[in-house]
Amino acid sequence: MGERNELRLSGTGGQGLILAGIIIADAAIRDGKNSIQSQSYGPEARGGASRSEVIIGDEDIDYPKVNKPDVLLVMSQEACDKFAADIEQGGVMIVDTTYVHTLPEINGAVVYKIPISMTAKEEIGKEIVANVVALGAIARITGVVSREALTEALLARIPKGTEELNRKALEAGWALAETVLH
Amino acid sequence: MSRVIEMARLMQGNEAVAEGALAAGVRFFAGYPITPSTEIAEIMAERLPRLGGKFIQMEDEIASIAAIIGASLAGVKSITATSGPGFSLMQENIGFAAMAEVPIVIVNVQRSGPSTGMPTAPAQGDVMQSRWGTHGDHPVIVLSPSSVREAYDLAVRSVNLAEKYRVPVVLLMDEVIGHLREKVVLPSPGELEVVNRVEPDVGPEKYLPFGAGDQGVPPMANFGSGYRYHVTGLVHDPKGLPTNNPVVAEKLIKRLQNKIDLNLDDIMIDTGKNLEDAEIVVLAYGATARSALQAVKDARKEGIKAGLYRPAVLWPFPQQKVGALAENARAVLVPEMNLGQYRLEVERVAGERTRVVGVNRVHGELITPEEILAALREVHKHDARS
Repeated sequence: MGERNELRLSGTGGQGLILAGIIIADAAIRDGKNSIQSQSYGPEARGGASRSEVIIGDEDIDYPKVNKPDVLLVMSQEACDKFAADIEQGGVMIVDTTYVHTLPEINGAVVYKIPISMTAKEEIGKEIVANVVALGAIARITGVVSREALTEALLARIPKGTEELNRKALEAGWALAETVLH
Repeated sequence: MSRVIEMARLMQGNEAVAEGALAAGVRFFAGYPITPSTEIAEIMAERLPRLGGKFIQMEDEIASIAAIIGASLAGVKSITATSGPGFSLMQENIGFAAMAEVPIVIVNVQRSGPSTGMPTAPAQGDVMQSRWGTHGDHPVIVLSPSSVREAYDLAVRSVNLAEKYRVPVVLLMDEVIGHLREKVVLPSPGELEVVNRVEPDVGPEKYLPFGAGDQGVPPMANFGSGYRYHVTGLVHDPKGLPTNNPVVAEKLIKRLQNKIDLNLDDIMIDTGKNLEDAEIVVLAYGATARSALQAVKDARKEGIKAGLYRPAVLWPFPQQKVGALAENARAVLVPEMNLGQYRLEVERVAGERTRVVGVNRVHGELITPEEILAALREVHKHDARS
């Protein structure tokens, strides 16, 4: 069996989590791996629970959904309450402390608590790039995709004219992860 | 870096359908966007004008299918995309296209129903509707992909079959495959077989618009090309004129169905995994087949001789293949995101020879490999006892 990672990015509709999942899956392909991305969301354009799932591996991926993520991002209290128990033993949970205030007891997983949305808002000046800050943090903490591939995939999937903003957001996420890794 | 890796890209199922349709020569799309098929309309709206084609957002789905029938009659390969609620509205004109022998492709990305159901949740509840949704005996071909690459291939094939047999073709997706993004390498344009309708080889004065050729498929003159003829949903004679003549009527309705029934070798496609020595066959299609494949692999590890049979053409029903599988299997397991629509058809063919068991979910989420594996274990245990 080759190496396999299963990620679940969860939060609220409008936080850009589906796009974030697409960018990670795209980056994995740029890294020469196989990947698949699926999503689950409500009918609302904004609000409502949203989750984006990515499987990265060297082999064929049959069942495309994630049951027990080894990387779990939670960007809302609701998502945290719903998915915290799903995390795989030895997995990594990344918590956006901007919106998640109560954390259930997590056994067998490493939890990183970082203010993702607040960093986007205060350091970059736009909360809309919170998903990209999250991407930087995920890549730094887990190493599931390379920084180069992630940057390429990001730049390929954002509107023209927002390159600088997104680059900065990615770097901010990377730096934010450094603060909890050391 | 090899060429293959360079060309590999992350693509969505709905995007693959749009790209496949364009590669097959589709140059007209009329539709009314609906989740979970909306991306197909979005992409066609952007791409078609650049290719000299046309995109129209219609007032509803009845108008959408009417528009693609008109465009197809004028000689342009045409497609629409919808989901359950829109598919219901299209039924009347699917019958018209079948009767008037107009090549069209309807993509139905299934969501949970009935009615507006759960718009963003997957289901496979339109399987019977895709075969029998419109009234009267009629020909229709229904294809169901299980991967993004296959969504591309079957989109091409849907257009080809519609053109070749002058029938409505339904590309029956589900939300999981429609919204799934995975790594694909698309074929280069030269690798694709693209079929165009057969046009008449006689002048307008000798042309019989519904006079059948060898395959039972009449050559089709495009409107505006100098051929004038009558197109109707009424029973009609070879000239296209309405009639109540019982001899003509019986001949027509049987010919329409025979276009499919006499060409099964050309139409049917399917795949299998571990079927050679399978004691329990899992028969699955669409996204469910991915869970089934995982379950079959896991079952083998436990010593359960399971195999997967996956029809990519759901209708016409793969009667011969299912009959042959039933000869050797102790049971056929049919997982579906509905309450057993296709299972009933499997039972019709296999029920006297083997046990047919359903695994059914209608909660708006994809059936998991664990659920199918649990059913496999149950069937295995049952067989061991008896």
